[in-house]
Amino acid sequence: MLLIECPWCGPRAESEYRCGGESPIVRPADPAATDDAAWADYLFYRDNAKGLSFERWHHRFGCGLWFNIARDTASHRILAIFGITDPRPVPEPGA
Amino acid sequence: MSGYRLKRGGDIDRSCPINFRWEGRCYTGFAGDTLASALLASGVRMIGRSFKYHRPRGLIAAGLDEPNFIVQLERGASTTPNLKAPYVELYDGLDAAPVNAWPSLRFDLLAVNSIFKRFIPAAFYYKTFMWPTWRVFEPLIRKAAGLGASPKLTDPDSYEQTSAHIDVLIVGGGIAGLAAAQHAAISGKSVMLVTGGRHWGGRLAGTSDSVEGKPAAVWIKDMLRTLSAMPNVALMTRTLATGHFDHGLVSLCERLTDHIPTHERSGPRQRFWRVRADALILATGAIERPLVFRGNDRPGVMLAGAARAYLHRHAVVAGREIVVATTNDSAWYAAFDLAEAGATIIAIVDTRPSPSPALVERAEGLGIMVHSNMAPAAAIGRRAVRAVRIGRVSPTGRIDSPAQAVRCDLLLMSGGWNPAVHLHSQGAGRLTFDHDLNSFVPEDGSPGHRSIGGAGGDFARYSTLAAAREQAVTRRPGPPHAALWSISESDVPDAEAWVDFQNDVTAGDIALAARENFRSVEHLKRYTTLGMASDQGKTSNVNGIGILSTLLAKPMEAIGTTKFRPPYDPIPFGLLAGHRIGDGLRPRRQLALHDWHAGRNASYEEYGGWMRPAAYLRPGESEADAVRREVLAVRTAVGIFEASPLGKIEVKGPDAAAFLDLMYVNRISTLKPGRCRYAIMLSENGTVFDDGVVTRLTDDHFLVGTTSGHAATITEAFREWLQCEWTTMRVLVEDVTTSWAVANVVGPKTRSVLHMLASDIDFSADAFAHMTAQRGYIGGIPARVARVSFTGELSYEIAVPWRCAGALWEALIAAGSSHGMVPFGVEALMTMRIEKGFLHIGADTDGTTLPQDIGFGAIMAKKTQDFVGRRSAHRPDGLRGDRRSFVGLEATDSNAAPLAIGAHILPAGTTQPQPSEGWVTSSAWSPTLGAPLALAMIERGEKRIGESVRVWDLGAWREARITRACRYDPQGARLDV
Repeated sequence: MLLIECPWCGPRAESEYRCGGESPIVRPADPAATDDAAWADYLFYRDNAKGLSFERWHHRFGCGLWFNIARDTASHRILAIFGITDPRPVPEPGA
Repeated sequence: MSGYRLKRGGDIDRSCPINFRWEGRCYTGFAGDTLASALLASGVRMIGRSFKYHRPRGLIAAGLDEPNFIVQLERGASTTPNLKAPYVELYDGLDAAPVNAWPSLRFDLLAVNSIFKRFIPAAFYYKTFMWPTWRVFEPLIRKAAGLGASPKLTDPDSYEQTSAHIDVLIVGGGIAGLAAAQHAAISGKSVMLVTGGRHWGGRLAGTSDSVEGKPAAVWIKDMLRTLSAMPNVALMTRTLATGHFDHGLVSLCERLTDHIPTHERSGPRQRFWRVRADALILATGAIERPLVFRGNDRPGVMLAGAARAYLHRHAVVAGREIVVATTNDSAWYAAFDLAEAGATIIAIVDTRPSPSPALVERAEGLGIMVHSNMAPAAAIGRRAVRAVRIGRVSPTGRIDSPAQAVRCDLLLMSGGWNPAVHLHSQGAGRLTFDHDLNSFVPEDGSPGHRSIGGAGGDFARYSTLAAAREQAVTRRPGPPHAALWSISESDVPDAEAWVDFQNDVTAGDIALAARENFRSVEHLKRYTTLGMASDQGKTSNVNGIGILSTLLAKPMEAIGTTKFRPPYDPIPFGLLAGHRIGDGLRPRRQLALHDWHAGRNASYEEYGGWMRPAAYLRPGESEADAVRREVLAVRTAVGIFEASPLGKIEVKGPDAAAFLDLMYVNRISTLKPGRCRYAIMLSENGTVFDDGVVTRLTDDHFLVGTTSGHAATITEAFREWLQCEWTTMRVLVEDVTTSWAVANVVGPKTRSVLHMLASDIDFSADAFAHMTAQRGYIGGIPARVARVSFTGELSYEIAVPWRCAGALWEALIAAGSSHGMVPFGVEALMTMRIEKGFLHIGADTDGTTLPQDIGFGAIMAKKTQDFVGRRSAHRPDGLRGDRRSFVGLEATDSNAAPLAIGAHILPAGTTQPQPSEGWVTSSAWSPTLGAPLALAMIERGEKRIGESVRVWDLGAWREARITRACRYDPQGARLDV
């Protein structure tokens, strides 16, 4: 079970959270003008990388806050925690 | 008779005899005994039958590695299958039975399998029972092959769960664990030291071995005295570390009452711990390997270390005439201890050409014959061993001289030691193969934890203690162990030499698998079932890998191990469930006036997590009678309904209107304060997500109504959009569902009732229009009142603070009594909404329903701006002309029964099954119209109004006609009052 550092509440067990999948997923600015393929890409297609992944988590049984995590999906190491509107951090070499 | 008890010694209390039952017969042991030690002391040798061939089996180990002595403990609801007897502490009245013998251990009918063994090789079942299908044979095979029986009744025990956050967790109560605990505790760290059994000191417990100049027993006692005096140390016995998970989480199973007589137990049976520690030290020791030779599974063949443990812990000598066979030094010490305790050691057989002269000298001093460079070729005896044939052995395990027979009733064996690396490996630690120990050991530098002592492949006391105290020390490896994976009198592995005792896998089976090209260790495991039993191959895996390595001429490290998975030993499901059973799993919520409804004989049912009255049954009424009476009362007079579970979310802020425009298909920003609008919400995937009435309280303040039981989900969805997408919108969202209790007064006489209330609200038609809301006071209680209707009748929803629900309800009941007002339940409400053709999300819609399917195409087209789900609803599939749409259905046959929900719609004239055109989504008998009514989703339904169709359900056909969804008061005249 992962131990996740909520920016508000500190380290808490994974069971308090809900994973919201890859983040950020940019919602097309003008959905009506977005073609089917691009819209499907927004809705369904995710990188699902083995290794460095960026995803958003929700402290559901806590403060209710959403935030972003950089996580290695192979080792489960959490490499960074950052705000929803923050840019993706550049991982340190070898991390 | 073979094993016996010594007059002195051991961690047992001879003044406290304990009576217990094994296989229906009475035995006596002492306090401090386990089921295994007590039966061993009683001279019992055969304690089980093997899994597949039902061969007689005896005790071989002294811990959780025991593969044979697997018992079913107690009977009835409390029965526990597959416990390892060395871990079952004796208590008065204990009742245990073998798991795999029928009708009895001595006379087991299925032992016939053993005679046909050569026709039942590995994977026999997969190969043979293919025709006509495996399912025909499976029940019989499972009965013959299964281990214990799972309890059929509800577990009467309770289980507790708790968490600990500490500095250091140490797993294992041997000298390594004790020393590490002391070292960590001295610096003031919080320390938990856990051991699975009831004693401390591991394999040194009770021995006279010297530890730092003291006898081991004294060293252990001193250490425990020191540790228990330290407030920052928690010493926990009977606490097994069962798993090691991501980010260092360790699960523990603490057995609280399993060792107490059943009638004296109280409180939780076991406690589940989730422990997170900054440092994890694994001092879990090592597991001895059996030698693999013909007949090594006969009762009376035992691990040397186990015999030593039974001697020192329980003062039990496991046999009277003992032969010891080994590849390493450790078994020599077992022989010496047993000899010094008075047992007769006939011989020590060491496979190494030249064992240490010091050992040989000591053995000879004790009168023990030493045979070096020899190995056991076969154990002889049927129900128990009575002799062993020994012969000269080559480095590959081939017996290459004629074997001689040596008489014995106990054959001790040691094939080396495997560090217990399970927790290390579960915690993503890597393994490396140690060629001196011939076993897999933890690789250094694993993140987050370290293994010390036997668990780390270190079997020397001084270096173990130094490592426990974080002192730098060079390890001096002991004399090498011989690598001897299987012994055979021919050139191929022996088909009667057991590798996995619990799952009945022999060296021959592994050779067969290798011949058939199951060469990956994971394939080998699944093909032969090696290591797949409840002991997960604790004694067998490395031997199996060794045999495969020899056969394939591939090094051990190239073959590797199978994955170690938690739990280390099986744990009850109840332990994992903890309090989350029954209502503790999913609490059911009660209405504000639960007791009032119960007092009116409400038949309660669960709707979306809420316990709600389905109907109020009067004496002699069926539920259908009650629903019919309640509907007619509402349609002709007035009824009252508790609608408190109705979802209520307050949305407030300067951008609230703009935000709700994004959330709903309907325009919300055009709503005037004080007005209500029915609206639907989509998921971003375009499907209908929820519906409800949105009320604008003030310019920047909305009350959003959701379906009952959906409020938390919608609140969460709103917040996700606000936090993750429209992050600059100034909007607050709060779920106030359980802050407001709601009474819904419905029916043509509603106003007559409401006019009798002491209220500043004017309920008249002119002052209070349909789809508007007002705030005021009723009998001094603050109230939010909305004139909205889910029944088609004049209807007011009155919301008051939850704590005031009783006062409001009493006032309404008093006011309604002279107008014939009746309480009505959910079923009457649902019947009336079906009559009106009102949509019920989740019943009439599913995860594929788009807004255009339920008549929202025009509203969607009219709205110019974007909203969640809009784009998705316009993908090619959403634009298909043959989509199903929401319509009504009336039965045209003479059958008065409602159409079955889920029944399929097919074109008129259909007689044969063919692709369905849709299905019935809601159905009820309408008391108002005196006919069965239904709602359905049908292909192109709205263009087929009036068309006849056939309705198929479970082989029965009905005739029906497609209608508009609304069948009652389609013009809404009854609301225009």
